[in-house]
Amino acid sequence: MTRLNSANVELAKEIIGRYPRSRSATIPLLHLSQEQNGYVTREAMAHIAELVGTTAAEVYGAATFYEMFKFEPIGKYCVNICQSISCHLLGADELIHHAESVLGVKPGGTTADGMFTLEAVECMAACTEAPAVQVNYRHRFRVATEHFDQLIADLRAGKLADEIPAHGTLARVRQHIPADRAAGNVDPDKPVAPAWMEAAQ
Amino acid sequence: MTTYPWAAGYIAGDRPQIVTGRFQYEDSYTLERYLATGGYAGLRAALAKPAAQVHEDVKSATVLGRGGAGFPAGTKWGLTPAGKFPRYLVVNGDESEPGTYKDRLLMERDPHQLIEGCLIACYAAGLSQCFLYIRGEMALAHERVGQALNEAYAAGYVGKNILGSKFSVDIALHWGAGAYVVGEETALIESLEGKRGEPRLKPPFFPAAIGLYGQPTIVNNVETLSNMPWLLCNGVEAYTAIGTATSPGTRMVAVSGHVRRPGVYEIINGTTTFRDLLYGDEFCQGIRNGNELKAFVPGGGSAPWFTPEQLDLPFEGRLVGAAGSMLGSGAVMVMDHTTDIPRAALSLTRFYAHESCGQCTPCREGGTWLERILERICDGHGTASDLDLLIEVGTSICPGDFPHASSTKLGLDATPFPYKMTTICFVGPSAYAPVHSALTLFREEFEAKLSKRTLIPVTAGH
Repeated sequence: MTRLNSANVELAKEIIGRYPRSRSATIPLLHLSQEQNGYVTREAMAHIAELVGTTAAEVYGAATFYEMFKFEPIGKYCVNICQSISCHLLGADELIHHAESVLGVKPGGTTADGMFTLEAVECMAACTEAPAVQVNYRHRFRVATEHFDQLIADLRAGKLADEIPAHGTLARVRQHIPADRAAGNVDPDKPVAPAWMEAAQ
Repeated sequence: MTTYPWAAGYIAGDRPQIVTGRFQYEDSYTLERYLATGGYAGLRAALAKPAAQVHEDVKSATVLGRGGAGFPAGTKWGLTPAGKFPRYLVVNGDESEPGTYKDRLLMERDPHQLIEGCLIACYAAGLSQCFLYIRGEMALAHERVGQALNEAYAAGYVGKNILGSKFSVDIALHWGAGAYVVGEETALIESLEGKRGEPRLKPPFFPAAIGLYGQPTIVNNVETLSNMPWLLCNGVEAYTAIGTATSPGTRMVAVSGHVRRPGVYEIINGTTTFRDLLYGDEFCQGIRNGNELKAFVPGGGSAPWFTPEQLDLPFEGRLVGAAGSMLGSGAVMVMDHTTDIPRAALSLTRFYAHESCGQCTPCREGGTWLERILERICDGHGTASDLDLLIEVGTSICPGDFPHASSTKLGLDATPFPYKMTTICFVGPSAYAPVHSALTLFREEFEAKLSKRTLIPVTAGH
C-alpha cells in the first residue's frame, strides 16, 4: 500500500487548506509521499491527483520536472556533492572521484547495502565553503577527502541519526496555522479589496 | 574580522548591518531573540501609517531588488493595475544561481526578519495572501522558517487582525523540489500552481498584472524583503544615507573561489569596489597563495566575466552594466592564474544546459551543444572549427553582439549589458555567457587544447 496513509491524508488536507486552489499543494504533497515511502510511487501520484483534483498524468508530469523526487527506492542517505563552479575551482572533481572509490558506486548509484546514494549535483548555495556536500539536503562544508571518510563512517555508525533523518524527510518542523488565527484563503475569483486598503480609501 | 560557527560563511565587519545585524546571536532565529532586538517594530511603524505612505517610503528609499535584475521594489509594487484585487505576494526563496548564497543565510539565521518584511510588503501594496517559496534543497531553512511562522502566528504577528488592526494576511510556507529555472519569477508562479516550472511568455503581461491564479502578483526576493523592517524602523533618510543615490543601502555579496578569505559580506552598496572586495583587509584579503588574479565573475554564474582591468569598478548596477556585465545576484567568483579557463567555462555552461526547462529550442538544444563541444575541447578532441561552432550556436541563442568587458591587452572595447535573446527566459543566454567571455578573453587557452591531429579530406577514389 503506497498511497498516502490515513495520518498523511489528514496532513495533506491541512496543506491543501493553505492554498486558494488545491493543485498548488502538488509539490508539498509529493514531498509528503516521499517522506512516507522514501520515494514517490505511482499509486501516491494517483492519490495526490485525487486529493488536489487533477489527473495522475498532470501530477506525474509535474513530479518528473523536479530533481528531488525519486521514482524508485534510493539509499537511506542521499550524498550530494556539488560540482558547480566555486566547488569545481576548489577540488569538487577530486572529491567526487574519491567518493566513487569509497562508496564503490558512480554518481546516480546506490550502495549494495542500501545505505548511500551518490549524486554529483549543481550549486547548493554554500559556495564560499567549497567543496560542499549535502546529506539528505543538510549541508557539510569544506569537505576534504578525510572529512568525507569520517562523514561516511559516522553515518554508517548511526552517529548522525538525530541530525540527519532518513531520505524523504525534508523538514522535521511542519507549518501549522491555528484555526482561530487564520486570515483564510483569498479566492482569486472574488474581486475584493483588502480591508486595510478600504479603510485608507 | 568576526565569524560565528552557527553562520558558516558569513563574515561580519565594521560596517552598517541592515539585514545581518542579528547573525551575532546563536539563537537569532527565535521569536524571543527577535523581539529582544527590536523585532516587529518595523511592522508596528508601518501599521501606524496609511498603506500608501508605507509604499511611498519604500519607493523613495529606492530599495533595489536583490534577486538579479535590480528592479526597485517600490516601483514593482506600484505596477499592479489600479483597483484590481485580490493581489498576492510570492517570496522568491529559490536561490540557486552558481556562486550565490545570502537568502539561505537570511532564512536560516533571521526568518522573522523575512516574515516581517513580507507583512510590510503585503500591507503597503494591498497584497491579500503570501506564499513563501523556499528552495527544496534547503532543509534547515524550511525548519527555521516553519518554526518562525508557527511562533509568529501564535503571538499574533501573522494571520487574522494582526496586532489588533484591520490588517489580516496568511503566509503559507511552500516547498520547492529542485529546479534552478523556478527562480525565474513566472516559472516560480507556475510551480506554485502545482505545475512544471516553465517560465511564461512575457511581455506583454508581467506577474504584477497577471500572475498567480491570473491575479496581480508581486514576486520579491528574500533579501529585498529582509530590508523592509530596518527601513521602516529607521526611516528613508537613514537608509539612503548608506550607499549612493542610485544604489542605496547595503547588499549581501558572496565571494568564492581562489581568494584567501572567501565569505558572505554585507557591503555598502554603490561605493565598494571589486578591488576592495577581493583585496581589502576587511574582505577577502587577496588571492590565495599570493597568486595572480586571472578573471572573476561579478554577478552570479550568468554574468559575463571581468579581468583585473575592471577591479576598480564599484558595486553599482549601471556602471557594471556599461562595462559589459551585471551585478545579478550578489555573487563574485574568483579565478587565479592556475585556473583552466575552458574547464571553468564548461562547469558553468553544464549547469545551465542541465537546468534548461526544455521549452525553447535554442536553450534546450543550444545549451547541450555548447556543453558537448566544450567537453570535447577540454578532452583534447576539439578542432579549430569547434571554436566557430561555439559562437554560431551562441549567436542562435543571443543574436547580435554579446556583452563583454573591455581589454587593453586585446584591444577590445566593452559591449554593454544586456543581450538580445531568442528564448523566453535568461537560462539559455546564461549557458552562452561563460563560453563567450572565456573565448573572447582567453581564446589562446582553447586553441592550446585543440586536437593536434590532421584531418584527411575524403576525396573521390578513397
